[in-house]
Amino acid sequence: MSINTFFQHLSNGLALGSLYALIAIGYTMVYGILRLINFAHGEIFMISTYVVFYGVSMFYLPWWVSILVAILITGLLGIIVERAAYRPLRNSPRISVMISAIGASYLIQNLAIVIFGGRPKSFPIPDYFNTVIQVQGVSVPIVNFFIPVITLVALVVLIYIVEKTKTGMAMRAVSRDYETARLMGISVDNIVSITFGLGSMMAAIGGVMWGLKYPNLIPLIGTMPGLKAFIAAVIGGIGNIKGAVLGGFLLGMTEIMIIASLPDVTGYRDAFAFILLIGILIYKPSGLLGQDIGEKV
Amino acid sequence: MKKVTFLLVLVLILSLALTACSAPAAEAPAGEEPAAEEPAAETEEVVFGVFEPLTGAYAAGGAMELEGIELAQELYPEVLGMPIRVVVVDNKSDKVESANAATKLVDQEKVNVVLGSWGSSFSMAAGPIVEEAGVPAIGTSCTNPLVTLGNDYYFRVTFIDSFQGVVMANYAYDVLGAEKVVIVQDISNDYAVGLAKFFKDEFVRLTGDEESIMSIANYNTGDQDFSAQLTNIKAMNPDAIFAPGGYSETAMLVKQAKELGLEAPFLGGDAWEAAEFLEIGGDAVNGVVFSTFFDAAAPLTPESEIFINAYREKYGEDPASVTALAYDAYILAIDAIERAGSTDPEAIRDALAETVGFDGAAGVVTLDANGDAIKNAVIKTVENGEFTYLTTISPK
Amino acid sequence: MIDKKNLIRFGLILILILILTILNTTMGKYEIRVLNLAGIYIILGLSLNVINGFTGLFSLGHAGFMAIGAYTSSLLTMSALQKESNFFAEPIVPWLANVQIGFLPALLMGGIIAAILGALIAAPILKLTDDYLAIATLGFSEIIRVIFTNTQSLTNGALGIKGLTRFTTIHYTWGIAILTVLFMFSLRRSSYGKALMAIREDQTAAEAMGIDLFKHKLLAFTIGSFFAGIGGGLLAHLMGTIDPLMFRFLLTFNVLLIVVLGGIGSITGTAISAVVVTVMLEWLRFLDGVIDLGFMTIQGIPGLRMVLFSLLLMMVIIFKQKGLMGRDEITLDSLGGFLGRFKKKEA
Repeated sequence: MSINTFFQHLSNGLALGSLYALIAIGYTMVYGILRLINFAHGEIFMISTYVVFYGVSMFYLPWWVSILVAILITGLLGIIVERAAYRPLRNSPRISVMISAIGASYLIQNLAIVIFGGRPKSFPIPDYFNTVIQVQGVSVPIVNFFIPVITLVALVVLIYIVEKTKTGMAMRAVSRDYETARLMGISVDNIVSITFGLGSMMAAIGGVMWGLKYPNLIPLIGTMPGLKAFIAAVIGGIGNIKGAVLGGFLLGMTEIMIIASLPDVTGYRDAFAFILLIGILIYKPSGLLGQDIGEKV
Repeated sequence: MKKVTFLLVLVLILSLALTACSAPAAEAPAGEEPAAEEPAAETEEVVFGVFEPLTGAYAAGGAMELEGIELAQELYPEVLGMPIRVVVVDNKSDKVESANAATKLVDQEKVNVVLGSWGSSFSMAAGPIVEEAGVPAIGTSCTNPLVTLGNDYYFRVTFIDSFQGVVMANYAYDVLGAEKVVIVQDISNDYAVGLAKFFKDEFVRLTGDEESIMSIANYNTGDQDFSAQLTNIKAMNPDAIFAPGGYSETAMLVKQAKELGLEAPFLGGDAWEAAEFLEIGGDAVNGVVFSTFFDAAAPLTPESEIFINAYREKYGEDPASVTALAYDAYILAIDAIERAGSTDPEAIRDALAETVGFDGAAGVVTLDANGDAIKNAVIKTVENGEFTYLTTISPK
Repeated sequence: MIDKKNLIRFGLILILILILTILNTTMGKYEIRVLNLAGIYIILGLSLNVINGFTGLFSLGHAGFMAIGAYTSSLLTMSALQKESNFFAEPIVPWLANVQIGFLPALLMGGIIAAILGALIAAPILKLTDDYLAIATLGFSEIIRVIFTNTQSLTNGALGIKGLTRFTTIHYTWGIAILTVLFMFSLRRSSYGKALMAIREDQTAAEAMGIDLFKHKLLAFTIGSFFAGIGGGLLAHLMGTIDPLMFRFLLTFNVLLIVVLGGIGSITGTAISAVVVTVMLEWLRFLDGVIDLGFMTIQGIPGLRMVLFSLLLMMVIIFKQKGLMGRDEITLDSLGGFLGRFKKKEA
């Protein structure tokens, strides 16, 4: 492998990894507070891309307005999903909640097929984002510069919210123990809603970036990124925002580098992500940055 | 609290369902309804059963083919003086569902002939069912050789991948002068895997060099990121890239290849021909070359013109190839019934097996012993964001 | 007393067999097909029920185990000629090319291989809890599908396998389904079954009582995978053709729906719900076509069927978490009680 090719792979891995990281942030927030694998996260992500598409192509909204609308609508959708599918089950076995999550995910996906149709749509990309920059023989589409920056900004903002604001303190309290948090005068329901709203907004930002990089919209696009984001969150230590970003980078980089070094196994790509997931679950279930919370008896 | 949530969900679902309800109804032109209901209810009818993926991963393909069948029914609503009723069932992009759907058609709806489906694996699931029931089936765009192999009741209006692979290998060798080629295939797509194999065999035969296929890279249906595979390919510096696969994945593939500065021309098959390929790929797909069945700009038969004009009038754009094939499956069924002079499925089957020189919208169809169409292939490219006709190649 | 009950049970099974035989000769092909699928889904539902219902582990990997059973049995029943014509792209591995055995042994082999692989897969992940286990099994099921897609010389990859002799009949599907039901009842009565349920109720307490958690969880997975493999084999020979895409997560979703609807842990509930769901999936097909109400026609909406089913799953889990039957069973006693009540009312 020549140096140029290597750096090209590195740049590709960085872009893919930061995209995974961006989606994983939202995933991990929701998990952190509810201890729930939110299968619908990928579907919420998918809806955001469609909102931008319809905003631009049907309502002729300026591009950035569509994005704002998408972020708002997806945030709202996240809150609705939590109210309808998860809140009634808050005191039920986790298996029930998970089944409900699977149901919610399939429901949104099939509704999207019914409403948007199955034919692919092309995500609207402003011309500016079609530029490719050459750096020392390495080609970098301009959107690849934006994604890591946005991921880092999102990381900083969310860490600020969680660690420095009152809401963030309440979130941390709720994620530790509902009952105690309630006794402290925290409205658990509100905090959970806010977390879902924020997490879903992050999914929307991830969705917009995804659309800019991969402008191919079908109702199924949320599934794989959703799973990958979940895997990234597990790698980093689920519930941990910094861990999610780290996990995303690692996952993206691993996927690219495995194909780069072993071109014959490209067909097995998705299997690697799952093997990574299972390996982490077995050997380090708390993830790279997660803290060990003992099994509750 | 639970009740309120319940109501909330119910209202949400209902309202969404209703908005969705009104959408397709509004799209259908008002003039369509009376035409279908004109014939008196008492007359005997002929039933065409259509099974297509209308939901699930391949809903797009099913939708395009259904357009062709609907259009054909508007133009040719009857045969032998009897009205044709089309029964459409959804196979949900799923094999088990396909078999159920096909059984429903032959057993409950008592169809005279079955049409479909997009996706060879769904057609293969229906194969044993139509064979056992003795009802002939006409495949639309299913190109996997296994569909018709050893099945006397399955026919198709498309050529199979072996011909298409040979055509493109010859194009790469003769026209492009390529000697080193890389294949990128969708490993989970039977169409892509079959096409890649036939291309590879023919290209190795032409060059006489086992090494002329430098590498075969894979991806999976639904993948969006191809940067790693493409970076590997760029380092190999091939003369051309053969990339059989679905249009939406390939559009992304070609777009990312151009972003990486990969200059080698992309070659592919009929699946690329869809408006979405151009929309998603944008400027990047200019210059790709692929084989397909027909071209709206160069009508192959008088029927092509009828079809293209009617389609443009109804939808305001040019039809996709698979739409033309579905249209052909419908009119070939009519032709076979007229030749048989009967609507008995066995008689239709026998007539179908003897199809020679049938003028379809997507070319002249002659069915061989397997029930596969022998027909011309059209080679097209993309120029300034539009599909452009290059040449027509006849089977040897 | 016990003898009498067993006699009645035996009689009921005979009646069921009689009804099935009559249905088999009088019904159309379509209905028979749905009936066959219902039988297969009973087996699949029960096999998932051992893991999810009896033991309280959450597995989402059923499609993978079915794929193993389906491919194993198919490759074993195919003749050398069939294999040659199927594997036109890449020849089949030599050691499989000339193997051909009967349907029942092939089915059994499918189950055994699925059970072995199920045990091997489950062993390292059994210590995971709840949703982590679920996601790990989902991962394995996807890995199996990816492997089957890529190993062309073993499975013919995406091209799939076609032309399987369609051995599967009502006798096989419902015969095995009835055997499965009987097996599940006796499993639950056995000490193993009691141990599994103790693990479900309270893992820590069960361990303290001296129940070997690992051994019993592994047993549940092995039994579950075995029957999943059998179900997969039956499905393959009902369809006559298989390919890796058949075994996507959607298949697991259908089986999960059956178990949840029937009541997680209930044997008869699962069996009944398997029939209901299979029939409903077909019956609701009218939603996809044009609905004619006489005075008006509604354009059908493709996809609405799946919307309804996901909604149904959520509704059941939210509002009636125990499903149709909870953990109860339809037994002779409850049936007798029910009939007795009915008689009294009449009088």
